[in-house]
Amino acid sequence: MSRRFGEFGGQYIPETLMSALHELEEAFNHYSKDPAFQAELDRLLADYAGRPSLLSYAENLTKQVGGAHIYLKREDLNHTGSHKINNVLGQALLAKHMGKTRIIAETGAGQHGVAAATAAALLGLECEVFMGKEDTERQALNVYRMRLLGAKVHPVTSGTMTLKDAVNETMREWTRRVSDTHYALGSVMGPHPFPTMVRDFQSVIGREIRAQMRAATNRLPDAIVACVGGGSNAIGSFYDFLGDGGVRLIGCEAAGRGLDTEQHAATIALGSAGVFHGMKSLFCQDEFGQIAPVYSISAGLDYPGIGPEHAWLHESGRAEYVPVTDDEAVEAFERLSRTEGIIPAIESAHAVAHAVKLAEEMGEGRTIVVCLSGRGDKDVAAIARYRGEHISE
Amino acid sequence: MSRIKDAFAGKKAFIAYLMAGDPDLACSADYIVAAQDAGASMVEVGIPFSDPIAEGEVIQAASMRALAAGTRLDGVFDMVASIKDRMRIPLVFMTYLNPVFVYGYDRFFDRCTKIGVCGVIIPDAPFEEQGEVRAVAGKYGVEVVTMAAPTSERRIARIAEGAEGFLYLVSSLGVTGVRDEISTDLSAIVSEIRRHTDVPVAIGFGISTPEQVKQYSAIADGIIVGSAIVRIIGEHGKRAKKPLQEYIHSMAAPL
Repeated sequence: MSRRFGEFGGQYIPETLMSALHELEEAFNHYSKDPAFQAELDRLLADYAGRPSLLSYAENLTKQVGGAHIYLKREDLNHTGSHKINNVLGQALLAKHMGKTRIIAETGAGQHGVAAATAAALLGLECEVFMGKEDTERQALNVYRMRLLGAKVHPVTSGTMTLKDAVNETMREWTRRVSDTHYALGSVMGPHPFPTMVRDFQSVIGREIRAQMRAATNRLPDAIVACVGGGSNAIGSFYDFLGDGGVRLIGCEAAGRGLDTEQHAATIALGSAGVFHGMKSLFCQDEFGQIAPVYSISAGLDYPGIGPEHAWLHESGRAEYVPVTDDEAVEAFERLSRTEGIIPAIESAHAVAHAVKLAEEMGEGRTIVVCLSGRGDKDVAAIARYRGEHISE
Repeated sequence: MSRIKDAFAGKKAFIAYLMAGDPDLACSADYIVAAQDAGASMVEVGIPFSDPIAEGEVIQAASMRALAAGTRLDGVFDMVASIKDRMRIPLVFMTYLNPVFVYGYDRFFDRCTKIGVCGVIIPDAPFEEQGEVRAVAGKYGVEVVTMAAPTSERRIARIAEGAEGFLYLVSSLGVTGVRDEISTDLSAIVSEIRRHTDVPVAIGFGISTPEQVKQYSAIADGIIVGSAIVRIIGEHGKRAKKPLQEYIHSMAAPL
């Protein structure tokens, strides 16, 4: 299995964890080819997560925009409300087959933490989640949800007390206790084999898109649009289409308050090459390689790096990456709610915002698939605040 | 310029770590010389990084203090240059890979040589990822120290065979920080390392007392103390020179 995507990727991690990464790679290689393991995972995805997720034609939105047909890949309808469950079911099952009894995970807004706690509850594993203290306060409901599911939540008080620090702390915890513990990383980032393994677990999204678009339109879409933090729902949507040159692949990163401000998380637009969190990739950082504090209204996109395969797809030109601001995302959040009766996660709303622009540009007769990576219930209070209304959850 | 091997010549080495820029760079210069005078055989100069994933709370906090005080890599180079002529013992940098990568390998190692830094320890560059660093560091005569851990097991042979400077043996699982007890069978690991290399072995992580120094120096060629020193500097700030020297003297004397 290749450890790199072009120059990006690798295993830049303390020696203490290297044997565990090798063990994980061997196990993943073995079980990903094991029909019994795959059958068990497929059964969990179907009977527990609710796959295949729907592909909905956004007829009202399409009419309102008056351009290309917009389809929504409904990852928001999965159990736990986002694409994160695809990955955690895979990793938790793998951990169990490896004889691990405990999983640990980082989380930003809590989507991945909730998914990890859910998979752990189902499969009888102990679960501990590391979450920036600031995020535990912003997303108190998700903290309680994880506890309800039997997980222990550790508020992280180091550094900037957000997602990147939660990743740091989970890695530190893994070095303390590695023999019985699997680190269920939540995105296509970190040291090899995580970017490849998480991509493979998420690539079910793209395979379903292909089959469902064939059934609905009898051809491939002209473009696939997805939001990008670390990039797992995007790579999951793109991967099956990498060889289909006619399908444009577009990742939407968080431009926060704008690229001309310091409050953004636009790694591809404004970042540079670096080595962090176990991988060589692109990062928001200063001229001396100190990782920059980043900002987005969306906690799930509020990350200073991007998965190494995205860095490679960007460099090779196979995929395009565009910045989307808070304002644009909030507008799309509200627009999709009103036109389609679907409240998208604020992360996914970044992709919706760009898809609307793209639909106008591409014009009639074309088709766009948007990965609606999650549902927006978790964001309602924050969006109300953004609009100057204060509601309690 | 001193070489890493000088620190191990004819005696067990006491290797002191401190964070550059904590509380400020002028103090760091002073404390490095003070560590030398108190009996340290080598000093590891930490380059502060925003996200030090291998560090426990003590060194994390020092890193944050140094960055908050405005410490930048160029400043660290200048600080070391200012004491170059006073140093009789080898100096190495301990840094995460990103500051080196972003600065540029050639530019970084060129400056190391010019200011008398003869080695570099990069905790997030395991053996497999050191190739790109070593290719450049070697050109400038800077040695890249590799770490081995209790979990290295089958990897030990390759790590040891490729080792240069010294081999940094991590005493136990987890991040840096003071520990009361270290349960790893370190002598077995050291014996395994010695089957594959003559490069000296120094043990670090969790060592803070003269008793531990005695215990581990019996097994290895040197011991490394970081968090305990950083904690003294954290407590005493700009007036840490005396307690620092007393502590290092008490630790280095049994060697």
